Amino acid sequence: MGNSRVAYFLQQLINGLTLGSIYGLIAIGYTMVYGIIGMINFAHGEIYMIGAFLSVITFLVLGTVGIDSVPFALLVMLVVGMVFTAAYGWTVERIAYRPLRGSFRLAPLISAIGMSIALQNYVQITQGARVKPLQPIISGGFTLYTGPDGFTVQLSFLQLFIWVLTIALMVAFTYVITQTSMGRQQRACEQDRKMAGLIGVNVDRTISLTFVLGAVLAAVAGLMVTLQYGVIDFYIGFLAGMKAFTAAVLGGIGSLPGAMLGGLLIGLIEAFWSAYFTIEYKDVATFGILVLVLIFRPTGLLGKPEIEKV
Amino acid sequence: MTTGNVLLDVEHLTMRFGGLVAIDDLSFEARRNEITALIGPNGAGKTTVFNCLTGFYKPTVGRLKLNHPAKGDYLLERMDGFRITQKADVARTFQNIRLFPQMSVLENLMVAQHNRLMKASMWTVGGLLNLPSFRQAEKEAIELAKYWLNKVSLYERADWEAGNLPYGDQRRLEICRAMCTRPVLLCLDEPAAGLNPKESLELNELLLGIRDEEKIGILLIEHDMSVVMQISDHVVVLDHGRKISDGTPTEVKNDPAVIRAYLGEDEDEDLPKEVANDLHMPSHAHGTGHDHGGGQG
Amino acid sequence: MATDIASPSASAAAKRPGSYDLPGALKESAITAGVAAVLAFPFLGLQANNDGPELVLLTRWELFFWAVAVVFVGRMLLTVFRWRSDARAKSAEGLKAFGAKFQRYNVWIGLAGAIFAFTLPMWPFADRYVVDIATTFLIYVMLGWGLNIVVGLAGLLDLGYVAFYAVGAYSYALLATMFDWSFWICLPLAGLFAATFGVILGFPVLRLRGDYLAIVTLGFGEIIRVVLINWYDVTNGPDGIGSIPRPTFFGYAFDRSPEEGTMAFHQLLGIDFDSMHRIIFLYFLILILALITNAFTLRVRKLPIGRGWEALREDEIACRSLGMNPTNTKLSAFAIGAMFGGFAGSFFATRQGFISPESFTFIESAIILAIVVLGGMGSQLGVVIAAFVLVIVPEWLREFAEYRMLLFGLAMVLIMVWRPRGLLSHRDPTVRLHPPGYVPRHGVEAQKVQAQEAELAAKAK
Repeated sequence: MGNSRVAYFLQQLINGLTLGSIYGLIAIGYTMVYGIIGMINFAHGEIYMIGAFLSVITFLVLGTVGIDSVPFALLVMLVVGMVFTAAYGWTVERIAYRPLRGSFRLAPLISAIGMSIALQNYVQITQGARVKPLQPIISGGFTLYTGPDGFTVQLSFLQLFIWVLTIALMVAFTYVITQTSMGRQQRACEQDRKMAGLIGVNVDRTISLTFVLGAVLAAVAGLMVTLQYGVIDFYIGFLAGMKAFTAAVLGGIGSLPGAMLGGLLIGLIEAFWSAYFTIEYKDVATFGILVLVLIFRPTGLLGKPEIEKV
Repeated sequence: MTTGNVLLDVEHLTMRFGGLVAIDDLSFEARRNEITALIGPNGAGKTTVFNCLTGFYKPTVGRLKLNHPAKGDYLLERMDGFRITQKADVARTFQNIRLFPQMSVLENLMVAQHNRLMKASMWTVGGLLNLPSFRQAEKEAIELAKYWLNKVSLYERADWEAGNLPYGDQRRLEICRAMCTRPVLLCLDEPAAGLNPKESLELNELLLGIRDEEKIGILLIEHDMSVVMQISDHVVVLDHGRKISDGTPTEVKNDPAVIRAYLGEDEDEDLPKEVANDLHMPSHAHGTGHDHGGGQG
Repeated sequence: MATDIASPSASAAAKRPGSYDLPGALKESAITAGVAAVLAFPFLGLQANNDGPELVLLTRWELFFWAVAVVFVGRMLLTVFRWRSDARAKSAEGLKAFGAKFQRYNVWIGLAGAIFAFTLPMWPFADRYVVDIATTFLIYVMLGWGLNIVVGLAGLLDLGYVAFYAVGAYSYALLATMFDWSFWICLPLAGLFAATFGVILGFPVLRLRGDYLAIVTLGFGEIIRVVLINWYDVTNGPDGIGSIPRPTFFGYAFDRSPEEGTMAFHQLLGIDFDSMHRIIFLYFLILILALITNAFTLRVRKLPIGRGWEALREDEIACRSLGMNPTNTKLSAFAIGAMFGGFAGSFFATRQGFISPESFTFIESAIILAIVVLGGMGSQLGVVIAAFVLVIVPEWLREFAEYRMLLFGLAMVLIMVWRPRGLLSHRDPTVRLHPPGYVPRHGVEAQKVQAQEAELAAKAK
């Protein structure tokens, strides 16, 4: 019996890490935007939802033109999703946030919430309110363990794909941020926007780029969630956004590795909570974590303490 | 100059941000009925001292004792920021003016009397019922505000939005606002920054007036040496978080350590005298007077 | 927060006012239309349509084309009206001046509104439908006024206000059905419960940065709903709570045939039974509740606590330096706002007679927030006008109901960009030394003031 309990645990671990990768990718968008302009981009959850819809639409387009090679289809879905979602991310910043820099403290937050409502309803109106089902594209997997009572631990190819893609993205992303001049400008703006502007960094462009990068990662998360769960609707951005934000806070807002770590932790917590406690209250659990972190460790796991400038 | 009457006693104050030592074992005193100036080059840690005094930072080490003439002793390093003003009656202004820009000039001064008025309104219950005791307290608060508005000739503009006032008036309004909390120690963070010579002179008069009429202590951070030398009774010089000189303006002016700190080590030996007369120059040489107190580390 | 950094519009503003270059405008419109085309292509041009269990791809090229064309023309018009140069600033200035003038008659407009509201059921056009709609409208006005304390005065962004509305409604429903207490006992208790929730939620979060409060309240609104759906034993889950007692006129029910030993309202007055009586009673009830909220806010603004809230909204650090306890001050605003939300919730419960978690979704929070934000943060009259636009107008335009939320969202963005403090954001001081419009006429002081005013005016130009 002990074995099957371990097996069950292992299976939840695998599921949790998969879910966590998705949250982590979204959380990076929150953390980067927060790092550079110090605001919560409430519309980021919707950007992820748009990414998910784009992957469904692209898949349908591919079906219409008759492409059935799975790797090629995945690649196209990934690239198309990234490009169009990036356009949305860029536009949101340009319309709703850029004109409000240096404005009344609450204005950008309200504008963000307005943008979030608008995007959600835009997708609902243009694509319909019903859930969009998608047949599995990647099927099959490894059976890691079969217990005496028939319980198995499975790692699907899809989960493997999600892990590999996440790791690859993280490597590429770390390279961009730490090694390229674009990344240096980004970090410079994060530390001191005014100074960066004075020494010739194009601050507006760098902020736009931050939104674009965040949107690209959210698009990938949208693709992953579509593949993993096979159904999406216009409302998925709300809860996923909440959880990803919790992940960003848990990891330490402003810290990129923190966002990924937080995402993985939230994914694990959600998987284990659903497995061992009541599934209905899994969202309550995440929210409880957010509040607890805010009370006891507002800087998160990897965040730096904020020194108030007076 | 009196030697008794110690109002604020700073002992072994040290403030570290991570590895950076912003203030290193600083001890000094500020006395009642005196203007104490805290000066030093950019990044010397002056604003950080203020932030420790007014509870915005918790000092790493050190004791900040306030001898309140009426209420007894307070250890400021153990108190929350707002309680320092509420209980120990220490008020401050900010380097970048922090008024309530959308509220009127008079309202700014009323907010400064928040605690007293809250008590008088019995935490709003009495205020809602408009009890006579609250009306009386409000009238007194307005009278106090009027008194200070007249002092800085803002009476006629009492109903303006504070954010619409010219810069110099905003500075003076901020000082009035601090005075409306009825402090025993008034901490001013570069009150003369950005003022023209005429306004600067008016400020000197205002501060001397506060010292002589209100009988309180003033602690002053200032870059403008003309202000410091004219009005302070006592000067403390900081450099890289350490105290390098402490005494009357004349003593400090002639202290070689101070001259070195302001102009570097390489100066010729026979320069100091001329330089000392010209000490206001460094404020320009060191940029526009933005000092974040080393707090960015 | 963010410091201002030269925006690209600065270069446009440098151009000679009154002139606009056509090729530049065309180019700009083309770029905007290009971006719009990229955005619209997958969502307007294509549609993943549900066809039974399958998805099929539909194309809507005509819609796509029109959307892009509208963006092109719209952008063109904006450019022509010198959107990018001083026109935006000028229109905002003009509006501000108009708002200030408008608000000078605040008292009279408010009085006229109140008189109209009190006589509404007597007007010939006031049938059942009109009074019903007016009641709904007043619920939103009351919620708007309640949230205005939190967002408009104290500057705390509460995105889950509906949670307190729900707490009020459910506590009322449970108290009234379980203990059979009357409306007048349950109402204050429900408000108290909501305020307690506000304190419990606010206490840990209000010490933190403002944006955290926003996300926690957003989450809290959602969590309350999840709990209401799943906590069967108490809330009866998604089925909701029914047969909530209707309010009585101080013990006289609005029933055709009252219970044994009691008297009905129509019997008390000796008139015929009419189902309109209850509707009108409910209308007056919410009108009075809303006016109490309004009176409270108007009074409290002139009290130290109200000024403290506004000061906190302006600059928290300065408040701390003046000895104000920021956490307690914020908490009081949060709790009082929650309390009024709870009152409105009780009224909602007794009016409907049935409540379920469906009535308390995020959309409700968003509508209430939009009412506060669009009307002008802190402006009581603004709330009424915005509630009218957001609640009554959609009733007339039912065919556009689908687009309601989309328009809400866009309106919130546009208003923030145009006027970050809302439409009617002119603010009168709560205490004065001089009468409004006072200009000093004598002495040196007067000259100084006049010189400064002239300077200000020149700057505004």
